[in-house]
Amino acid sequence: MVAPSSVIGTFPIETPTSGEAIVVRGLEKSFGEWPVLWNLDLTVKWGEMVALFGANGVGKTTLLRILSTQSKPDAGTVQVAGFNPRRNSQAIRRRVGVVAHQTFLYEDLTCRENLIHYSRLFGLEDPRKRADAALLTLGLANRADSRVRTLSNGMQRRLSIARAILHSPQILILDEPVTGLDRESIASLQSLLKGWTDAGLSVIMTTHDLDLGLSWAHRAAVLSRGRIQFPGSDEYMDGAQVRRRVASALEPGS
Amino acid sequence: MIQFLRPIGVLLWKDILLEIRSRELIVSLLVFGLVVVVVFNFALNSTPKLVTAVTPGILWVAFAFAGVLAMNRAFVREKEEGGLDGLLLSPISRDSIFLGKAAASFIFMLMVEAVLLPIFAGLLNFSPASLELLLTIVLATLGFAIVGTLFSAISVQTRSREILLPVLFFPVILPVLVGAVESTKQALGGETLVGLDHWLPLLGAFDALFLVICPWIFSMVVEE
Repeated sequence: MVAPSSVIGTFPIETPTSGEAIVVRGLEKSFGEWPVLWNLDLTVKWGEMVALFGANGVGKTTLLRILSTQSKPDAGTVQVAGFNPRRNSQAIRRRVGVVAHQTFLYEDLTCRENLIHYSRLFGLEDPRKRADAALLTLGLANRADSRVRTLSNGMQRRLSIARAILHSPQILILDEPVTGLDRESIASLQSLLKGWTDAGLSVIMTTHDLDLGLSWAHRAAVLSRGRIQFPGSDEYMDGAQVRRRVASALEPGS
Repeated sequence: MIQFLRPIGVLLWKDILLEIRSRELIVSLLVFGLVVVVVFNFALNSTPKLVTAVTPGILWVAFAFAGVLAMNRAFVREKEEGGLDGLLLSPISRDSIFLGKAAASFIFMLMVEAVLLPIFAGLLNFSPASLELLLTIVLATLGFAIVGTLFSAISVQTRSREILLPVLFFPVILPVLVGAVESTKQALGGETLVGLDHWLPLLGAFDALFLVICPWIFSMVVEE
């Protein structure tokens, strides 16, 4: 993988509007009688990467699905790239790139065909060039004509990341993006995301890897009991202090 | 308008490409249809009069059940690797997604019917070259594809989708099925388009109704 400038440079992105990348206030979401998120506040600035930690089942994926317009909140306000998902969901979908647990890829299509398919859905010009640029960025150019079912899990994951950055989104929403990636791919993803935030774009990412999350992100957030805490947001804290605070916030019953 | 139609074409092409690669749907539908027609042919081989009377029923039993097989697969591929979420994350309307999937189902069913119809005609001894019959098949298949796509999207979210789909599908599609059988009966009996002035408009009206209601319900079904 190389830095995203190849994609961003070739296909200029829309400059982020003023304000914050993500603003969430008083968010609530329940599944039946089971409340998952309640009175949740979150802000992600432009050019910032936020690592979201939390135990299994606390609602990290639910939060990301709401931010990416896949799920509707029960209450509260959400603004993504300056748009309200209730009124402008298509505008948000055009500006976010999502990597989820599933790859959203068709196994009987080749890598290039999958990316061309998504390029067309996004109405991008020159879908083939877009697809090839994204494949190059993720180090999959030599597998462009391979069917997805012949790729390893790690390669499928990389292709899934290529799909997410295909339309040069302003905000990347990543749900455990390093799962299945080898060391080299993880390092490349880190450089890609750094290039992303250096370009003034934003990333919100969930991970269970405390060291990785803390070293990559500008801010760490912990989701616990339906709310978000920022235990490491004090700018005077050093890395070790942040790590202790986040680890402590992740302790059961904290 | 182009903004609305473009994603429908993209989805349709993707489904055609996937079917060309896997050939799982067309082959299974053809095998099923052929088994039905061969079995009925042997059961009714001796009495041409009886064959004429029951041909519309046999034809539509084969088409309807082949349709259910097709619908069972319509959203399975999308669900398996999260393709449906991928579509829902694209900046296209839910209507476009629905119509793209319905268009693919419609074309696959028509392709299977185009192969089965001459075989039916040869074995059951009737002429398939009838504008009235072809129009009946196109209109009824369109209704099947629209309703079937909706219930496929609903049933794919459940564990017992193979059972749930026909249970939901057949009661709703019954007016189209009855209309198709009656219209086919009259077409095979030599009626012209004028003589079919009851059934063909009825099939067209049901298609139009489904075309309005089903995309709307689909958009609610896929919302979380």
